[in-house]
Order: sequence, then structure tokens, then C-alpha cells
Amino acid sequence: MALRTSDVSVGTRHRAVVVDNLTRTQIVQYAGASGDYNPLHTDEVFATRVAGYPSVFAHGMLTMGMTGKMLTDYVGDGRLTHFGGRFTSQVWPGDTLTATATVSAIREESEIVVADFDVETQNQSGEVVFKGSATARLD
Amino acid sequence: MTASRFPIEAGHIMMFARAIGDYNPMYHDAEMARESEVGGIIAPPTFVQASAQYDPDYPLRPRPGAPWFGSGATPTGRVTDNETSTEGSVPKPSGGTGLHAEQHYEFHRPVLAGEVLTLTARAGKSWEKQGRRGGLLHFLESITEYRGEDGEIVVTARAVGVRTEQTVKD
Repeated sequence: MALRTSDVSVGTRHRAVVVDNLTRTQIVQYAGASGDYNPLHTDEVFATRVAGYPSVFAHGMLTMGMTGKMLTDYVGDGRLTHFGGRFTSQVWPGDTLTATATVSAIREESEIVVADFDVETQNQSGEVVFKGSATARLD
Repeated sequence: MTASRFPIEAGHIMMFARAIGDYNPMYHDAEMARESEVGGIIAPPTFVQASAQYDPDYPLRPRPGAPWFGSGATPTGRVTDNETSTEGSVPKPSGGTGLHAEQHYEFHRPVLAGEVLTLTARAGKSWEKQGRRGGLLHFLESITEYRGEDGEIVVTARAVGVRTEQTVKD
């Protein structure tokens, strides 16, 4: 079911927990599916002893992919026309992420009604790890 | 170099969707997806990133016989400062870290299981900025167009990578 124009107005907010206690195994699962085997994400020995990080950390694209789940669950399948943003902080094993979409505009684009969203994903400490925007076609 | 051909396979979509924790049946249940508005299994929005699987020279995938910078017998397979380095070998650990800073997608239509996308990639803008923690930051943009079999653009992806001169310290 796609989101309807009558369901939203500027300021309408949707929020979802997209991962609870992120595991190293899920990061490895993402490496395998995406093809990005950077040892910063998959190899604790390399990440800590060579690169000097406290542990491995998630691919930015895993955070964005999980944030995308919040969006597609909300706006409907195949409805996004734009999705983008910045990776503002690293995501570590054990993190719990909450993704939020807030309607910033409702407008017509080529005679189709679309909604623009501000998108933000925060960790359990309230730190923003992904900040961006999205646009979706509404019913 | 980038993959030039990206076959969109249902099994690959299923694995990718699982990895991002998304069990939406549109990503694995062909029967249910057939009844949907789109009419078949589609890929999650960020799936096109997995075209790296089809890049024969993708540097973040280990290959038989080639040195790999992750750990094995030692914490890294990189040539360290104390060893003899040959010109053009893998970067030294002291050479800083490359990270993904931004990603932006324009979706012209959903990506469908069973189609083959064709990629064209080009470098975009590049700029430098003084970082708060990691010294001078070098930003580089790259733009990838994913086209369908009819030649029409399906997805435009714009990535911004950042390279620091030293490891980012917290």
C-alpha cells in the first residue's frame, strides 16, 4: 500500500527502529551481498591493530540501506524517486538505529503529486549517523 | 573501472534485502510481487551499489594470488614502512583512509529482477577541505548511470568519497 496524499501534510513524521544491537555478523552479511569486503568493516584485527579504530564499523551503505527500509515501508514499493544523504558519523557493532522521515513539502512534479522528506537516522545516543532527503510519489 | 553489465538476479536481491534487515516480500516472493502494483520482484533502493560484484577489478574484494590488505598470518597484508616497497604496490597503512561521505540516487523507475542494467561511470567534481580531526580531506564525486535494455536511465547514482591524510581519531 502506497502512502496517500490525504495521509500526510508538511511536518508529518514517520519513525522506525531499523536495527537493534547491530551485529558484526550483519555487517559481514552486508559485505557479502554488496561485494564491499573492505576489512575496515569485516576484519576486527585489521580495523583495530592496523587502522587504529576501536572495532570494525558498518558500511555507510548498510546504514543507508536500513534507512531505506524505513522509507519504503512508509511510502510503498517502487515509489521513491530520490533518496540521498551524508554519512555523518560511524555506526558500530551494538548500535541501535532509529530512522525518521519528516514531510518537508508536498508538490506536483510532472502532474504527479510527490512528497519531499527530510531523512535522519540516529544511534541510541541521539547522534545523527545519516542525514539526507527523499522524494516519493503519493497516491 | 566499473562493471559495465549488471544482471539483476532475484537471489541476489533476496540476499541483499536480508543483509539490510528488510524482509519485505517484494524482495523475495515472486507470487506476491506479481500481484503488486509493480508486477514483479524489485530491488531495494540502494541495491545498485551491489554492481561492485560485477566489477572485475573491484579493489575491495580479495583475489587469489593477489596481496590483500586485511589480516591473515599478520594483521595486514600491506607492505609496511619497514619493508621494501615497490612502486605501485597497495597503499601503506600510514597512507590514510578512504571513506564514503555521501550517496545520492535518482530513481526513474524501480529496478526489476530479471533485467540487465548497463553502467556508465564518470568522475564528477573534486574539492578539498580542512578536517577537524583527520588533517586535509580530499573529496571526489563519481556519477554512475544505470540504463535498462531500452537505453533509458533507470537509476542515477552520485557518490562522494573522502580520503584523509591520516586515520580519523575519535
